[in-house]
Amino acid sequence: MARLTINGKSHNVDVEPDTPLLWAIRDTIGMTGTKYGCGIAQCGACTVHIDGAATRSCSVQVSDAVGKKITTIEGLAHNGVLHKVQKAWIDNDVPQCGYCQSGMIMAVAAFLKQNPNPTDADIDREITNICRCGTYQQVRTAIHAVAKA
Amino acid sequence: MTYISNLDRRSFLIGSASAVGGLSVGFNIPFGDGAAATETMPEVNAWVVVRPDETVIIRIARSEMGQGTLTGLAQLVAEELDCDWSKVTYEFPTPGENLARKRVWGEYLTAGSRGIRTSVELVSKGGAAARMMLVQAAADRWKVPASECVAANSVITHKASNRHTTYGKVAKAAAKVEPPKEIKLKDPKDWKIVGKSLKRLDTPDKTQGKTVYGIDIRLPGMLYAAIKACPVVGGKVKSFDAAKITSRKGVKKVVQVEGYAVAVVADSWWRAKTALDTLPIVWDEGDNAKVSSASIAAWLKEGLDVDQALVGNKGGDVKAALASSAKKVEAVYAYPYQNHAPMEVMNATARYTADKCEVWCSTQNGEAALATTSEASGLPVPKCEVYKTFLGGGFGRRSTSHDYVRQAVLIAKEVPGTPVKLLWSREEDMTQGWYHPVTQCKIVAGFDANNNLTGIHYRISGQSILATVAPARMQEGRDPATFSGFYAGGAEAAFGYSIPNILVDHSMRNPHIRPAFWRGVNINHNAIYIECFMDELAKEVGVDALEFRRKLMEKHPKHLAVLNAVAEKAGWGKPAPAGIHRGLAQAMAFGSYVAACAEVSVDGKKVKIHRIVAATDPGHAVNPAQIDRQVAGSFVYGLTGLFLGGCTVKDGRIEQENFDTYEMMRIKEMPKVETILMPSGGFWGGVGEPTICVAAPAVLNAIAAATGTRYRTFPLRDHGLTLV
Repeated sequence: MARLTINGKSHNVDVEPDTPLLWAIRDTIGMTGTKYGCGIAQCGACTVHIDGAATRSCSVQVSDAVGKKITTIEGLAHNGVLHKVQKAWIDNDVPQCGYCQSGMIMAVAAFLKQNPNPTDADIDREITNICRCGTYQQVRTAIHAVAKA
Repeated sequence: MTYISNLDRRSFLIGSASAVGGLSVGFNIPFGDGAAATETMPEVNAWVVVRPDETVIIRIARSEMGQGTLTGLAQLVAEELDCDWSKVTYEFPTPGENLARKRVWGEYLTAGSRGIRTSVELVSKGGAAARMMLVQAAADRWKVPASECVAANSVITHKASNRHTTYGKVAKAAAKVEPPKEIKLKDPKDWKIVGKSLKRLDTPDKTQGKTVYGIDIRLPGMLYAAIKACPVVGGKVKSFDAAKITSRKGVKKVVQVEGYAVAVVADSWWRAKTALDTLPIVWDEGDNAKVSSASIAAWLKEGLDVDQALVGNKGGDVKAALASSAKKVEAVYAYPYQNHAPMEVMNATARYTADKCEVWCSTQNGEAALATTSEASGLPVPKCEVYKTFLGGGFGRRSTSHDYVRQAVLIAKEVPGTPVKLLWSREEDMTQGWYHPVTQCKIVAGFDANNNLTGIHYRISGQSILATVAPARMQEGRDPATFSGFYAGGAEAAFGYSIPNILVDHSMRNPHIRPAFWRGVNINHNAIYIECFMDELAKEVGVDALEFRRKLMEKHPKHLAVLNAVAEKAGWGKPAPAGIHRGLAQAMAFGSYVAACAEVSVDGKKVKIHRIVAATDPGHAVNPAQIDRQVAGSFVYGLTGLFLGGCTVKDGRIEQENFDTYEMMRIKEMPKVETILMPSGGFWGGVGEPTICVAAPAVLNAIAAATGTRYRTFPLRDHGLTLV
């Protein structure tokens, strides 16, 4: 039994300690906004924040997440107010199928906290999530929109 | 009735409790806005429910996989309904309900860029009929002729008496009005909702992790299954030692699925997957294990020169023209296997009992999923149901085969009454796919002494999709779809050049690697063969690539119009910025005319795509902003395949297992895409796929212009080229 703190709430999860955090979040706790894409930290669909840092939860063991502050897409809004990245995503109609966008938004939210006014080169270097629909043009536009707001 | 509580506000009802007026069976839509789950309002008609609070629920039969069809179809209904767009929401009727209601919502298949273009009349009439019934209900209440009443923005007005009412107030009465027999649709020039760049209806949920995809289904008492099929398609399970893993924590059952796969059922997917990973399985891989990419290529190469072939387009006498030509030009191209790799891997959740089988899944064809559920369960269709979710990408994978649904049902049959979610690992998804077919193409063209093009023979050798996937659609042993983009005419994918003598024929060779409809399908490679070789011909006679085409396109004004549009916007014929080179391509695909002009620079082996100007004439445009996004996205998909993709075969199996070896374009490689939307009216073309077909040839032609090197085999990484 491991105790995880997710979006400010404590959860006891009965999983093997080496279970990827992703599967504890999705299947054990039942929060399905965080997605499985590859299982090898390539695509970023499973991105969550661990102590504020964007992290690919498919490649973090539950035992390593104990005692840390985990935020998922469900916890990004604050007191019912959407995060500025979520708002920009809506304003720019970024998602297509939307499956990768939980991870994309989490990656961008952490990135913009570190770098509130990024250049295109910064975005190219730091945003490496895969989107098969190819929303990259809208993602870039929306990131700049957040920075300008 | 089963109440599922852990889907947030999407809590939904399954069963008959939500049966609403006018319907004999439980009509419920588990996905969509969710509020519909407790719907008690009668429908106005099959397409429209209006609640007292004026919310308009529009029912959408086609699947939403990112392409925006959900919103586009709702716009078409809302246009004729004359409702307040800000009050519109949606729900997905089940395929079982469609059959029970004599297919009132028509076809569910969402493929071939047809989601909107083949639904226009049906859904528009649905919206118009609902409006007429709502107006009639108001007129009846006021005891005036309906012809004296007008509707706009969900408000009905009787001008003469200055009375107003709203859709929400008359919806209940409208449900009892006799449906109109004659329905007149609006002239496109009067459209207020169609043609506007309205925001997608599904975006807010998608930014908050609320959207339910197949993979997100959770049912009470649900178990999870992981599966491994024989890595060589056609191979069989010889033996496996279930006792080695049955004592592992959480493992419930080890199941052989038909002859070719083994699944582990456990109380969590991770436990199922890790147990399966340690299960010793012995395969009988069969003769297919001897096949490799090299053996397939050699077999296809033979087809380039055999005498007999299936004819797709023939005009004049190409043999005579080539024999008498002053100059011949010849080239051989090839296009590899590609995996769809949608971000959401294959999955389905099934619950089987002796008299009911239900499936929850992402599918591009709810009715095909329902048929598969019936076949696999052994229960008749009326005892089966499929609940469609949003799709985490489709690209043709979820229309080509419902193998994942079949497997889920067969596994669920082993634990009757207990729902089982079958989830493929990414590795399973990559190696058990249905792949973009492999083909080669030998092209021979002839010029006369004055450098006039006199004839071209295109010989395609390789795989037929329909022969494997839809044999019923074959025409006397010929796969007509093989010739997409080469058709002599027609409204779908006509060849855009007039060549005095032409022959397009196909030597069919079907390796065991299963082919599929892959976004763009056959036109992906056919457009490379046509458009890259067109540049080769222009170069051969020293004519500008645009001028060379224009001369052959005089009788194809719509093809030419999009080509001219990209040339003009890109500045073709004017000097490009230093180091930048341009390439053109055009095609007719999925009923639309498209063209692209790519601008690239090449530094050694590093290719940078700076800009792509892309034009689309889809006839009519429902949502320009969404078309813009489809065009940009199609370039990502097409260029990923061109540069990074390509699935190879070794010992009969696909070698690429995940995104580390089957790489994807990311944001840093994304070129700037500028879309020209030029609907010329009078026809309805598709949007999701057409421009993918010009992505590769436009970029290849630009690379050839930059380097002088013509690449004819792909992916380009095989030539050491990298995308930066």
